Amino acid sequence: MKLRLENLRKSFGDTLVLDDISLDVAEGQMVCLIGASGSGKSTILRCINLLEPLDDGAIWLDGQDIAAPALDPQPIRQRIGIVFQSFNLFPHMTAAENVMLAPRRVHGKSRDALLPEVSALFERFGLGDRMDHYPDQLSGGQQQRVAIVRALAMNPEIMLFDEITSALDPELVGEVLEVLTTLKREGMTMILATHEMDFAQSVADHVCFLDRGRIIEQGHPDKIFDAPTQPRTQDFLSRVLRRR
Amino acid sequence: MAGNQGGVTRRQEYEKRLRRRSLFVAASSTLAVLLAIVVLVPRAPGWERVQQSFFNAEVIAKTFPKLLNAFLLDVAIFAWSAPLIAVLGLAIALARDVRNPVLYPLRLFGIVYTDIFRGVPVVLVVYLIGFGIPGLGLPRPWNSPYIWGTLALVLTYAAYVAEIFRSGIESVHASQRNAALSLGLSGADAMRFVVLPQAIRRVIPAQMNMLIALQKDVALLSFIGPVEIFRQAGVFKSLLANFTPYVVAAAIFLVVTVPATRLADHLIAKQNRART
Amino acid sequence: MSLRLSVASLGLIAGLAASPAIAAGDCAAGKTLEDGKLTIATGNPAYFPWVIDDAPEKGEGYEAAVAYAIAAEMGFAADDVVWVRAGFDESIQPGAKSFDFNLQQFSITPDREKVVDFSLPYYTSAMAVVTTQAVIDGGAAATLEGLKTLKWGADANTTAVPMLMDLVAPDSDPLLYNDNTDVTAAIQAGQIDAALFDLPTALYLAAVVVENGAILGQFPADRTDNPDQFGLLMEDGAAIKTCVDEAITALTASGKLAEIEATWLSETTGVPVIE
Repeated sequence: MKLRLENLRKSFGDTLVLDDISLDVAEGQMVCLIGASGSGKSTILRCINLLEPLDDGAIWLDGQDIAAPALDPQPIRQRIGIVFQSFNLFPHMTAAENVMLAPRRVHGKSRDALLPEVSALFERFGLGDRMDHYPDQLSGGQQQRVAIVRALAMNPEIMLFDEITSALDPELVGEVLEVLTTLKREGMTMILATHEMDFAQSVADHVCFLDRGRIIEQGHPDKIFDAPTQPRTQDFLSRVLRRR
Repeated sequence: MAGNQGGVTRRQEYEKRLRRRSLFVAASSTLAVLLAIVVLVPRAPGWERVQQSFFNAEVIAKTFPKLLNAFLLDVAIFAWSAPLIAVLGLAIALARDVRNPVLYPLRLFGIVYTDIFRGVPVVLVVYLIGFGIPGLGLPRPWNSPYIWGTLALVLTYAAYVAEIFRSGIESVHASQRNAALSLGLSGADAMRFVVLPQAIRRVIPAQMNMLIALQKDVALLSFIGPVEIFRQAGVFKSLLANFTPYVVAAAIFLVVTVPATRLADHLIAKQNRART
Repeated sequence: MSLRLSVASLGLIAGLAASPAIAAGDCAAGKTLEDGKLTIATGNPAYFPWVIDDAPEKGEGYEAAVAYAIAAEMGFAADDVVWVRAGFDESIQPGAKSFDFNLQQFSITPDREKVVDFSLPYYTSAMAVVTTQAVIDGGAAATLEGLKTLKWGADANTTAVPMLMDLVAPDSDPLLYNDNTDVTAAIQAGQIDAALFDLPTALYLAAVVVENGAILGQFPADRTDNPDQFGLLMEDGAAIKTCVDEAITALTASGKLAEIEATWLSETTGVPVIE
């Protein structure tokens, strides 16, 4: 297994937000986390990236427990990319500077050395003419694609996507999802928290339905979407799918 | 039909009329007030003596060159204090943001420091440090009032400046720091490359106001000896028994501070526009 | 002996009781702020040895004693003297004054006379150099050449500043302060070597205020063209000026001023004269 979550547990104050979460993610797999807002999807991703400390449980990355409390998070984070719902681009830097900051500081590479690689990434995601733009000069879809490029520039082994289309205008969602499809084709290991049910059904390898911090049901998307066994899953799906 | 002559909309026409009217009202009321001051004040029975004491042309001519020369000392003190204040203020702000428990004393120091120096009047700090530390027995030139007076200004102003920097740092959303950390940057790099540049930019207008305040408080150094412009004005006042030198000194100050104030206001207005 | 004394004192009391109405009617009548009263201002605080214990109404200290002597000469009883406090700035500001005259070692200068009126001088002061024993031990000498190389200070609000430039012309710019207290603090902190004061003030500071204080020497009053002469400060064009001047002239002639000086100001002849 590339990544194994084992009995994750976390609470904020008295509220249990992750309750005994276990999940295996194989190399090259795309896993989608679905469920209502506040069900714990985002918290799982933030825990994997070590932005939130776990109360209990283990996260195995290539056989190493990265959730060990005394571990230095910095080298781990360099191996796991994350993209946020609200882009979180650095507004005082151009798109290219956003992307180059971490490789420059972490890997000690110069701008010149990075330029070919970074331009190639921008080209690949249709942003070739946007490198020198500041975030506020870009559309939401472009900003989110720059954020993806920024995470990819560190050559992560795993990518986490936290509802990355939720803040976008509907007509911009497609261009961002297209990027995900490309990444999947190239073999990237990915975990998505998402509300895009069509996308999850058609592209994901594995889907987990979360409710109040627990994984209620998981399996192949066809099974989850077409024949859910749990009443809560059925209830949730009937509500979100009716809206389509 | 009537509305759109010559490409001007009805709305534009109306607003133009409105603008013209308010411009006229503003101009005439300003003129009326000015006229009242110019005509009425000199009619007051004591005007001649007030003019003699505060706006004496002879005294202006006599004192202006020396006052301007003394003002250079204010400018010099300002010029070497301001960068020191910026550096120390930033260091204190960062010290208060330290999360590492080993460095907790640093953080505690930052808190105590800002509390004390923001609570004590600048004059007292100038006296205490300017006379007190040299009084411990330092040899010349290390007991110079310039050194210790500058330190007093730097310590006091750095406390305010640190608080402003800190408010700027806190105004940068945690998600920015998280985004930097998630890329594998160290906490220090996240602060230096992501949080600080945004924080500093946000507080520039507020810091401009501190600079203007500093420019005036530089005069407090005169309490411990240096003959800067207000001290020089005081000497002239005493010798000539006339307050005009103070008016001259204030005018020289205004020539510098008014443009600086306008610039600060302009920056604040620009920032507010950018936010909305 | 006792009889003569009591007769004399009786006579004095009678004189005091009878003379005000007559004498005040002579010159000062209707010219004071308040009829029958003489309002005198001094500094806040008033310093030794000019006023003892900051209590001018006791008549102790040189200026307090001079004030009562002038009042008596003008025909005011001690009870008719009203004390107020007013600094230099209040005294030169335009508009009505809160006093008939103000005495707190104000030096008479032509520039000041353009704005206010001064009486004839009631005291002519030598200027003296206050320093510390440490500076003297360090080789400071009471010669003009030696003084030039010292680091100087002075009270910015006094004529000591031009006096210093005139008499010593120091090599480096002097540091100037708000008041005597700050000048002595700077001496104590070693930021200045010496400061110039009128001699009575200098004697007091060196003896009482400055730790290990010392007087390096004095410049006698006749050293300059403009010696430091103290006058009573009055409103420009004050009607009372002639009465005050008459009183001072009389007190000088009768030796009364010299007597008061002998009572309240230290012997100054022991202070070495700077050559």
